Amino acid sequence: MAGHSHFSPANVEEHFEFTSEGKKRVIYAFIAGVIALVLGIYLLSKGEAGGHEVANAGHEAVKAGHEAAGEHLSGGAVSHQPAAEDHYDWTNRIWANVWLNAVFFTGIAVIGMFFVSLQYLTKSGWSSVMKRVPEAFPKFLFITLPILLLVFFFKGDVIFHWMHHGVTEVGSENYDKIIAGKAGYLNKTFFIVRLVGFFALWIGLWTVLRKKSLEEDLIGGTDLFTQLVRISTAFIVVLGASSSMFAWDWVMSIDTHWFSTMFGWYMFSSWHVTGLAVITLAVLILKDKGYMAYVNENHLHDLGKLMFAFSIFWSYVWFEQFLLIYYANMPEEIIYFLERWEGHNKIYKASEILMVLLNFLLPFLVLMTRDAKRTRIFLKIAAFFIIVGHYIDFYQMIMPGVLGKHGGYGLVEFGMVTVFASAFIYIISDELTKASLIAKNHPFLPEAVHHDI
Amino acid sequence: MSSTTNYILGVYDDEDEVLHAVSEVKSKGIKIEDVFTPFPIHGLDRAVGHERTRLPIAAFLFGVLGLTCALSLISYTMVFDWPMIIGGKDFFALPNWIPVSFEGTVLFTAFGLVITFCISNNLYPGNQPDILDLRITDDKFVMAINVDKNKKVSADDIKKALKDSGAIEVNVK
Repeated sequence: MAGHSHFSPANVEEHFEFTSEGKKRVIYAFIAGVIALVLGIYLLSKGEAGGHEVANAGHEAVKAGHEAAGEHLSGGAVSHQPAAEDHYDWTNRIWANVWLNAVFFTGIAVIGMFFVSLQYLTKSGWSSVMKRVPEAFPKFLFITLPILLLVFFFKGDVIFHWMHHGVTEVGSENYDKIIAGKAGYLNKTFFIVRLVGFFALWIGLWTVLRKKSLEEDLIGGTDLFTQLVRISTAFIVVLGASSSMFAWDWVMSIDTHWFSTMFGWYMFSSWHVTGLAVITLAVLILKDKGYMAYVNENHLHDLGKLMFAFSIFWSYVWFEQFLLIYYANMPEEIIYFLERWEGHNKIYKASEILMVLLNFLLPFLVLMTRDAKRTRIFLKIAAFFIIVGHYIDFYQMIMPGVLGKHGGYGLVEFGMVTVFASAFIYIISDELTKASLIAKNHPFLPEAVHHDI
Repeated sequence: MSSTTNYILGVYDDEDEVLHAVSEVKSKGIKIEDVFTPFPIHGLDRAVGHERTRLPIAAFLFGVLGLTCALSLISYTMVFDWPMIIGGKDFFALPNWIPVSFEGTVLFTAFGLVITFCISNNLYPGNQPDILDLRITDDKFVMAINVDKNKKVSADDIKKALKDSGAIEVNVK
């Protein structure tokens, strides 16, 4: 209804309590994840692929496929060798999973900051009732940064083809002309500089934004708002560059010979829609617990629209990348999709299909109508499956390149994602307790309370 | 609107007043035909009790029609009538067709919706719009009540209710 209700910001504080009951549940989930992980690792050490034995006949078929693709190449100089082919060790699957989850959850954390920044930059009002939720997400960057660094330092050669010994040394038996040509960008020092540098910018800008945002609760006024808009602008610029570079660094360089000019967009769109789904799910869970008093179906409708729109956006980017490669049919490019479609004894085919169904068809159909976007249960279903779908998307980006025919879905995958997810929930819940869930002096709060669409 | 229809029009000069007047008039058992305003007012359609438009359903159906037409055209021309190999792909190269099918879907949806909207609102070339009070295009808000649909309430009671709810003038048309 038009703005007639009496709204005074002074009485809208809302403090999230991370109860000992809630803590216990998250910790139990964490322990369950650890147990699954340990069991998975044990099974993995016993038999290769932990119950996902790959028939030998399959190997031959894959090799034949690779050779067939290789025949088209001039001089064989660009024959594609998946990183895992020669140096496979059963522990690789553990490190691949750590890397996968670290990349995935870094994305969710940074999209929290992106969401808040975008709201400030566009001076949006509606989101100010729930902006404290995404604002807490980047706290998890403090966890993923050391994980990414440690895996890179100690197990980088497991993940990245370009880090294999001697690939850039002329005369070495591993010498690879193509990778040597990319060594100016893909080398350890520059990789670390980018990783640490951009993380420092992300975390630094988030710390300032968070501090100013909490200050606003105490003193109010529009000066802080203007400063927050400036910080957000800076962050968007930084993220524009860093998300693309991290997509090349962390994911695309796994398949070092292959490249796609759409990859930065593709990975960012996947991160973005996952982040939106996590934000929506978090807001809905808080609302179910009795918080978020001012979030009504109008705000949920907007979140639903964002999830819907960016699921379509992801589908567009994913499909466009696929279509260009499919259409041009160049062997050095098409190998990427062949690996995921019919390579490696077809172990990635099912999840490739499932991913497209979960990330495009499901949100498209579930969230299409206005009523669905305003109904909590539909939003929850869509958000949950979008998160699962995009986990599989990242799995498809990373695993075929790192593990090749040794990949699979088992206890290791399940345990690792449970460990990361419960850690994420714990850290974010803890961060949420540190401020009022309603930014009570946000200048647009009255507008958000009366949001009506 | 035919000349046999009788309208009682309440003219208001404030959007908040007309919004409150709607619920006041409705509470007296009077059915409101429509409220005409120079600009959209939040919550007005809900207050009047208008049903949501069914245009989105039409949009979906037009989209399905467009998709079907696009796919039929491509498959007829490229597979059945004169099979063509492009880029070494199968005749049924569905990924190749998706951009065109998408365009077809959007085209049919857009044109279909605009045409449906115009037809359902009597908007076509040469039609003289029947405006109840010219000032609704300027600064006045007009609540229209169809006398024939309010048999239970007398015309005088309706006029009184409009006056009481803050109408600056009450006209009969």
